[in-house]
Amino acid sequence: METVEAVLGAHPFFKGLTSRHLGAVAACGRLVQFKAGEFLCRDSEEALDFFAIISGSVAVEIFTARRGPLATSTVGEGEVLGWLWFDKPYHWHLDARARQFTRAVALEVKALKEACEADHDLGYEVMKRYAHHLAVQFRIARLQLVDMYGS
Amino acid sequence: MAPEPQLPETRRSGESGYLLPQLFRVESRRRETRDIYTLTLTAVEEGRKWPFAPGQFNMLSVFGLGEVPISISGDPARPGHLVHTIRAVGAVTRSLCRLERGAVLGVRGPFGTCWPLKEAEERDLVIVAGGLGLAPLRGAIYHALAHRAAYGNVELIYGTRTPEDILYYKELQAWRGRFDVRVHVTVDTAPPSWRGNVGVVTRLIDRARFDGPHTVAFVCGPGVMMRFTVQELLTRGLTLDNIYVSLERNMQCGLGLCGHCQLGPVFICRDGPVFPYSRVKDWFERREA
Repeated sequence: METVEAVLGAHPFFKGLTSRHLGAVAACGRLVQFKAGEFLCRDSEEALDFFAIISGSVAVEIFTARRGPLATSTVGEGEVLGWLWFDKPYHWHLDARARQFTRAVALEVKALKEACEADHDLGYEVMKRYAHHLAVQFRIARLQLVDMYGS
Repeated sequence: MAPEPQLPETRRSGESGYLLPQLFRVESRRRETRDIYTLTLTAVEEGRKWPFAPGQFNMLSVFGLGEVPISISGDPARPGHLVHTIRAVGAVTRSLCRLERGAVLGVRGPFGTCWPLKEAEERDLVIVAGGLGLAPLRGAIYHALAHRAAYGNVELIYGTRTPEDILYYKELQAWRGRFDVRVHVTVDTAPPSWRGNVGVVTRLIDRARFDGPHTVAFVCGPGVMMRFTVQELLTRGLTLDNIYVSLERNMQCGLGLCGHCQLGPVFICRDGPVFPYSRVKDWFERREA
């Protein structure tokens, strides 16, 4: 039977965690699945979960009054979704919609934070990954802002 | 099997085709995107071939208006047909994009260096294109697919602004349908109807399958895109010598004489446009160059 721990152990974001830390993270997670078109999160909603995508594809969207929903990135297998959960006001600032049948581990943010507080070694490991993820997201955002292909 | 592309052996000044524009006729014009067109040209002189190597460019002239450097985007195995994909941005390119079938224009070339397809043999080949940068790479893709057994993994990574800006859409679909090449396409933003990837092109490098130290990469696109792409490729284990970029500058004579396209110690038209990144790195990253 597929367990959250086994799934997270194979996920690139959690690669290298000790089995003790992996167990602590897995205790905050549950396996979830979304049909195509279903939302993983909506703008302004409370950010309760952080998603590690196992399979499928999710569009991260921003709604604009003139052009409607615009996808600004897609998140797929082996990636994570939701990098706003760690700081106030703990609300989503985006819509994330499954573009196809998508499976993920939803990690309960509150429980994960508590686990990190209780074990700072785990907190540091999670923070290292989180910081790397943020750095990548910033690089991507900067490139998108440049409008590289603008003619 | 398609013949090996051959570089012209010499480029003697005064040789036919290098200084004097040769007459070509528009065989077809195809609209690719809002402002990009592909012209297929054949020589007015019947049966004349125009051998070129992928990555090279021609100077196209609209008589009475001017001349512009345009990469050759056709199949090197079909030297009887010159294919150029052009963005209408200035007076000459706008005029080129308006040429109807049968119109005559001038062609000088082919000029410059080519993608090192021979050196890439027996290695993985990663081709990263951004926007119109797919055009100078298309000949290399044709060649690699026609000589598929000569290469390891072949990964084509293409990024552009929106789904409407995708070049050669049908060909990309056809290549995606092959089992011996992996095609990754992404756009910077898209409406929900778009089913493909969204995000900057550099993100896809992570998803490509190749063995960094045994890989050769060809990169062409806007400068900032190439700079960040090179950084990502380096993190995947490629070396500066195995990353090739195609540069664009104000090329006018095509022979390295006028100096308009000088970048530090090199002339893009003569020593490029395709360079190993190691050769242009210092100048590529210099702001005032």
